[in-house]
Amino acid sequence: MTSTTEPTVPLSVEQLSATTLLRFATAGSVDDGKSTLVGRLLHDSKSVLTDQLEAVEHASRNRGQDTPDLALLTDGLRAEREQGITIDVAYRYFATARRRFILADTPGHVQYTRNMVTGASTAELTVVLVDARNGVVEQTRRHAAIAALLRVPHVVLAVNKMDLVEYKESVFAAIAEEFTAYASELGVPEITAIPISALAGDNVVDPSANMDWYGGPTFLEHLETVPVSHDLTTCHARLPVQFVIRPQTAEHPDYRGYAGQIAAGAFRVGESVTVLPSGRTSRISAIDLLGEPVDVAWTTQSVTVLLEDDVDISRGDLLVPTKDAPATTQDIEATVCHVADAPLTIGHRVLLKHGTRTVKALVKDIPSRLTLDDLSLHPHPGHLDANDIGRVKIRTAEPLPVDSYADSRRTGSFILIDPSDGTTLTAGMVGESFASPEPVKAEADDDGWDF
Amino acid sequence: MTTTVADVSEEGTDSPYALSHLDALESEAVHIFREVAGEFERPVILFSGGKDSIVMLHLALKAFAPAPVPFSLLHVDTGHNFPEVLEYRDRTVKKHGLRLHVASVQDYIDRGALKERPDGTRNPLQTVPLTEKIQAERFDAVFGGGRRDEEKARAKERVFSLRDEFSQWDPRRQRPELWNLYNGRHAPGEHVRVFPLSNWTELDVWQYIAREGIELPEIYFAHEREVFQRAGMWLTAGEWGGPKETETVETRLVRYRTVGDMSCTGAVDSDATTLDAVITEIAASRLTERGATRADDKMSEAAMEDRKREGYF
Repeated sequence: MTSTTEPTVPLSVEQLSATTLLRFATAGSVDDGKSTLVGRLLHDSKSVLTDQLEAVEHASRNRGQDTPDLALLTDGLRAEREQGITIDVAYRYFATARRRFILADTPGHVQYTRNMVTGASTAELTVVLVDARNGVVEQTRRHAAIAALLRVPHVVLAVNKMDLVEYKESVFAAIAEEFTAYASELGVPEITAIPISALAGDNVVDPSANMDWYGGPTFLEHLETVPVSHDLTTCHARLPVQFVIRPQTAEHPDYRGYAGQIAAGAFRVGESVTVLPSGRTSRISAIDLLGEPVDVAWTTQSVTVLLEDDVDISRGDLLVPTKDAPATTQDIEATVCHVADAPLTIGHRVLLKHGTRTVKALVKDIPSRLTLDDLSLHPHPGHLDANDIGRVKIRTAEPLPVDSYADSRRTGSFILIDPSDGTTLTAGMVGESFASPEPVKAEADDDGWDF
Repeated sequence: MTTTVADVSEEGTDSPYALSHLDALESEAVHIFREVAGEFERPVILFSGGKDSIVMLHLALKAFAPAPVPFSLLHVDTGHNFPEVLEYRDRTVKKHGLRLHVASVQDYIDRGALKERPDGTRNPLQTVPLTEKIQAERFDAVFGGGRRDEEKARAKERVFSLRDEFSQWDPRRQRPELWNLYNGRHAPGEHVRVFPLSNWTELDVWQYIAREGIELPEIYFAHEREVFQRAGMWLTAGEWGGPKETETVETRLVRYRTVGDMSCTGAVDSDATTLDAVITEIAASRLTERGATRADDKMSEAAMEDRKREGYF
């Protein structure tokens, strides 16, 4: 186990290249030890290098602290250090022999909802941290609800500070059970509970000697092995056209390629495709994968697609399989998180960016605001303030081919932009808010601690 | 050569459709280049001849092939450059038929618009020529090779980072970046700094260079060089002002991990003469790239943040 994270054993170039990438986000409230966990993870996985540690030791000494304050590894801005607060999401990087990790480190105190939404929007896994002494609290439910809303495929419940509850299995089991029941009801597809002590290092990188009763993976081991799902058979293929490549050179007089990053599913040469919103159809004659011709390409590859016919296609169009085209609509109902300081109101004229297309739009109605603490709906709030989550009806100036966010996190999401100053106002998810609850499996406990 | 789904199924990946980390990073960076090409009028790539900007240019070439790169290049020339790097810069520009803009620190010093610092370091002096060039040429998107793993202020930087008419960065007024929906809206006079390598680490950059067979300036590989020690770093002797009388020159086997102004970019002892050797060396190193080789970051705890606020890249 430790050998996989020990960089003093040099890895071969092949070993280093055969890794995959996992993007994950942490969610934590003020005192649950998130900075310590992140610090511990970076430190114990040998991702903190000597000069970084020296800088932290130096800064800690200047503050009169005896031991290095690992939170200084992550609080990077002058204002953060001066005030001891964390502003906004930071991204951190570490690697083991098995995987590369991008951690969206979202601060707990300031404006937490929009920060967590920002971090979770690109994450394949979210870590919800709980203080073992306090168990599932309002904040925990809020984090679970946001992970469910953003449809993050994997959720890890890290029950921290196990050292302060004498490493008792019963404490952990009760918290894990309560959380799993709640999150499953919200439709979170996979929940893994892990008992840890970030401060003492139990089950973070190395297995804990204090919790023999726990048979599951350590926190890092789970991050290294959680499957990143790429089940394309159930995905609707979608390619938002970013840019039309037309060299018009002697060598390539007639080349006309539609460049974009495949948002979902796979495309094949010979496949019949439809261009939205125009509805024109053609057939894929070739796919270039950054200079190399391929027969098939899939999410999230950046490709250039060539078609048999000269169809009028420009940036903002969406290429889809003819047999699997979404309907286009000018009326969008969505769950949104308002991320700007000024409120979002009915009648607000905005810009809506969906895929590569930006259109004018009007906020027609705000039917409800969600109270994350108890998931109750406040009807007709009239406006959404910063960090509010609510249902919104939007009329767009042009028809858009939107998917349900449940089907595609890429083509079911959008942002609203203030046309006057360009501020990003709102993050939007098309369709139903929460996944329909799946029945909690009542089978024998043969999956270890994989709740 | 064509690829089928079956061909790409590798042991160790999660599914036949999982991209390797390098493919995922490459695809994301290409997406960023294409977003800028689609949404901006006058983008430019900051190009120093260093490995990050070389990788950026390589990605841009792939993103728009077989068409030419729809961006020009901008080099902020401190006047203290490594000759091998300038030679590489000019050769690359010529090879790809690109247009190069140069903002020269030496010009500013010669006409009295900038003053040489007592320590001789010209890195902080780059900000004024850079920002004035951006205004003069009306660049609205400026690609930088900055990576979030370099420095903790950079860990907070957005991929699309709005700069005001004075090119200033305000970390407290950054736009949240949701999904891959980058917001490039800006008022006249403002511009957006774009960092396609945000999510790359130093090791990713080197692995990508190896995989793609990208040529680099020779100073990245071990070679014998006349250096002297200052503030714990091996600096190259030269007309820029080193060594002083108390400093002695010696010949050592060294290479560079970063390329910048000669006055503040240190060499590291190394016998890595090949890409594989360099990658193995970095994977085992206990020092960060900037910690090992950059004097300017050591000036204060917030040196990078302070420079970035003023408009530095």
